[in-house]
Amino acid sequence: MDSSILAYLKKERDKEWRVELRNKLKAKDRTSMDRLDMPEEEPGFRNKNYVEVNKGLSEEQAIHEAQRCIDCANPTCIEGCPVGINIPKFVKKIEAGDFLGAAKTLKETNALPAVCGRVCPQEVQCEQTCFYTQKLKKPPVAIGNLERFAADYERNSGKISIPEVGSRNGIKVASVGSGPAGLAFAGDMIKMGYDVTVFEALHEIGGVLKYGIPEFRLPNKVVDIEVENLKQKGVKFITNYIVGKTGTIEDLRKQGFAAFLIGSGAGLPSFMNIPGENFIGIYSSNEYLTRINLMNAADPEYDTPVISGKYVAVIGGGNTAMDSVRTAKRIGAKRAMIIYRRSIEEMPARDEEIKHAQEEGIEFLNLNNPIEYFADEKGRVNKMKIQKMRLGEPDDSGRRRPVPIEGSEYTIDVDTVIVSVGVSPNPLIPQSMKELDVSSWGTIKVNKDTMQSSVPDVFAAGDIVRGGATVILAMGDGRKAAASMDRYIKDKVRSILSLVKEFNTIGDILSFANK
Amino acid sequence: MNRIVEKEYFSESVVKLVLEAPEIAKSRKAGHFVITRLGKKGERIPLTIAEADIEKWTITIIIQKVGVSSIKLANLEVGDNITDVVGPLGNPTHIEKVGTVLASGGGVGVAPLLPIVEAFKNAGNKIITVLAARKKELIILEEQMRNHSDEVIVMTDDGSYGKKGLVTHGMEEVIKREKVDLAITVGPAIMMKYVALLTKEYNIPTLASLNTIMVDGTGMCGACRITVGGKTKFVCVDGPEFDAHQVDFDEMLNRLNAYKHYEDKAYRTFLNKYRKA
Ligand SMILES: Cc1cc2nc3c(=O)[nH]c(=O)nc-3n(C[C@H](O)[C@H](O)[C@H](O)COP(=O)(O)OP(=O)(O)OC[C@H]3O[C@@H](n4cnc5c(N)ncnc54)[C@H](O)[C@@H]3O)c2cc1C
Ligand code: FES
Repeated sequence: MDSSILAYLKKERDKEWRVELRNKLKAKDRTSMDRLDMPEEEPGFRNKNYVEVNKGLSEEQAIHEAQRCIDCANPTCIEGCPVGINIPKFVKKIEAGDFLGAAKTLKETNALPAVCGRVCPQEVQCEQTCFYTQKLKKPPVAIGNLERFAADYERNSGKISIPEVGSRNGIKVASVGSGPAGLAFAGDMIKMGYDVTVFEALHEIGGVLKYGIPEFRLPNKVVDIEVENLKQKGVKFITNYIVGKTGTIEDLRKQGFAAFLIGSGAGLPSFMNIPGENFIGIYSSNEYLTRINLMNAADPEYDTPVISGKYVAVIGGGNTAMDSVRTAKRIGAKRAMIIYRRSIEEMPARDEEIKHAQEEGIEFLNLNNPIEYFADEKGRVNKMKIQKMRLGEPDDSGRRRPVPIEGSEYTIDVDTVIVSVGVSPNPLIPQSMKELDVSSWGTIKVNKDTMQSSVPDVFAAGDIVRGGATVILAMGDGRKAAASMDRYIKDKVRSILSLVKEFNTIGDILSFANK
Repeated sequence: MNRIVEKEYFSESVVKLVLEAPEIAKSRKAGHFVITRLGKKGERIPLTIAEADIEKWTITIIIQKVGVSSIKLANLEVGDNITDVVGPLGNPTHIEKVGTVLASGGGVGVAPLLPIVEAFKNAGNKIITVLAARKKELIILEEQMRNHSDEVIVMTDDGSYGKKGLVTHGMEEVIKREKVDLAITVGPAIMMKYVALLTKEYNIPTLASLNTIMVDGTGMCGACRITVGGKTKFVCVDGPEFDAHQVDFDEMLNRLNAYKHYEDKAYRTFLNKYRKA
């Protein structure tokens, strides 16, 4: 960490209340306390409904867990956080019972703590670099659960701290997309006084937080409240507007927008291109989750249908696959299976998701790969052929490469298949803006420090830059882009103002304009 | 929210709605479509933009009552709002001067065909249009088509208007009579399948504008996927127009029936409620 940050952290840590709190309990007593597990709904109950699985910590539990943190002089946890939350400070505020203060600390660096507390892979971030994990070889402080606790406490208290909004500067900026990248960007820009409009292609705000991640992991109301707060601060949201189609960036420039953030996500689903993949009953996970999460297809009151089979195979091993298979179970699958070509250790999904899925009765067919689908006379999928795999030599990513075992093919009965083998960036914007530099993967190329693209007034953040990544990285990018867009705009304004000084007469201005 | 400013019945089951949609009216080109959602519980359905008026900031859509969502839309009156309208979606038709264009439209497919015919006419092509439907009442936009075509041939299954026969009969007559450089077909998948078979026989390049099931319309879900030339394509972003000779129409017909069972059930429930109301 850079020395100015360390100095700031030290100053905070040396504050009287922190010192006092540290002295209340000996480090030895703190480290001998056990980590509290997140209270959860019973698997046999929750796998039939959309109730949120994690129930959240009580005040006593949160204080107990916060006491485990020894408030290290060198808080390595912060290094594991992609947005550098002052973790010890917010944890100690919880220990001190100042829950609103904890929430405020979180919001200094994290625009959506209630969301991140639920969906961040803390086990490979802050909790992995926690002193407990690193040095004591003990379960880390449950930083994610504490983050969620503080954010929920604040929301439920009805005393959400709406950060001061600076005086309006009248400069119009736009976000394309309302996922975590766009929302974080909008929050920062409105705070700095800009006139912010978020354009969203769908009829709902929130991106993947709404149409992808299911209710049982991230309730919609958590996202809605964040959006509502942004609205109250003055952010304008325009739904049903596809930038590049409804209007182009150029059209928006003409309407007076000074700069743009592209946070359009990695929306295009990949298929495996194996025979029979277009039979009825075979979905991409995006389609399946969108039908159910965004369109409420599983509720007969809604018009959108979904095929909710009894024998459901989900192909893939990421969060999206887990969300799909757990959803399938909830809407009535007798057999809900994950089919993944590597072993369970190599699955990219979060540990918690895998654990929850196992508890809910999901079958895991690891080291298995689909090679063909079959259908009945009506074209509905009814069987799939699977090939067994074994792990070979490590590939470039360091993971052992799955190798097919010849002659191991077998078939199983299925009536719904959900293909969840990855996504690629949405090409709509790049297609409508030829001057924008994109990689061969279709991601928008940016300067990593400023998030600025090859087009000076266009910045980009989140999955459209990284390919499929995480909520916290998208959010961090959005905030970084906001800071550098602010500099970009102010520099531009300054250079224009400096020109104005050189004008003495109208004639000067006209001759400048003619140049 | 998009307000309806005009409504016209083409027949008992085919309705034209003109609605306010300033941005879409400005950006749309021939071949584009929109996705609409009616009510918070409504589904997202694609509809082609038949016309647009840049001065009045309106677009025109034409709806055939086939299921719950289309009936609900068709039942809207002037002054009502459509909850969500997003677009223009898809790629615009590639318009060029090719010589003689043989356009064929079936059922409400005539609506999306109209702007395409208009654009090809304006590009200096000779246009022969074949309109087909089951019976006289279902022939729509005939006059508008005549305005943009050099010749219009009307075919009805029962012979109640124009000539008796299928769209392909009308087309074959023309093909035998004169050189056709390009065929364009829009209509029910089954009709386009037979049109494609016919024009393939005569080696006439043919474009079909496909109307698959969609959800987002932006390439995000894959609901609209079909096989073209052995490859999977997304109709909403790669289409909606494709080389008709490469399209796997049988697969498309199948996929269109994916929710038949649900639709029939929803339709019955809807009718019951509707009757009671
Ligand atoms: C099912 C699922 C589960 C996941 N689980 C986790 C998890 O547990 N933890 C985690 O950290 N990450 C998870 N992720 C990944 C995470 O959701 C993404 O990395 C993150 O949402 C990316 O944010 P974003 O803002 O870049 O884009 P998105 O959230 O994808 O938002 C982009 C938005 O832009 C809109 N848009 C696109 N093009 C246009 C256009 N031209 N004009 C206007 N609007 C446009 C889209 O409609 C969309 O609403 C998951 C993803 C999925 C799909
Ligand atoms: S409608 Fe979703 S990808 Fe085409």
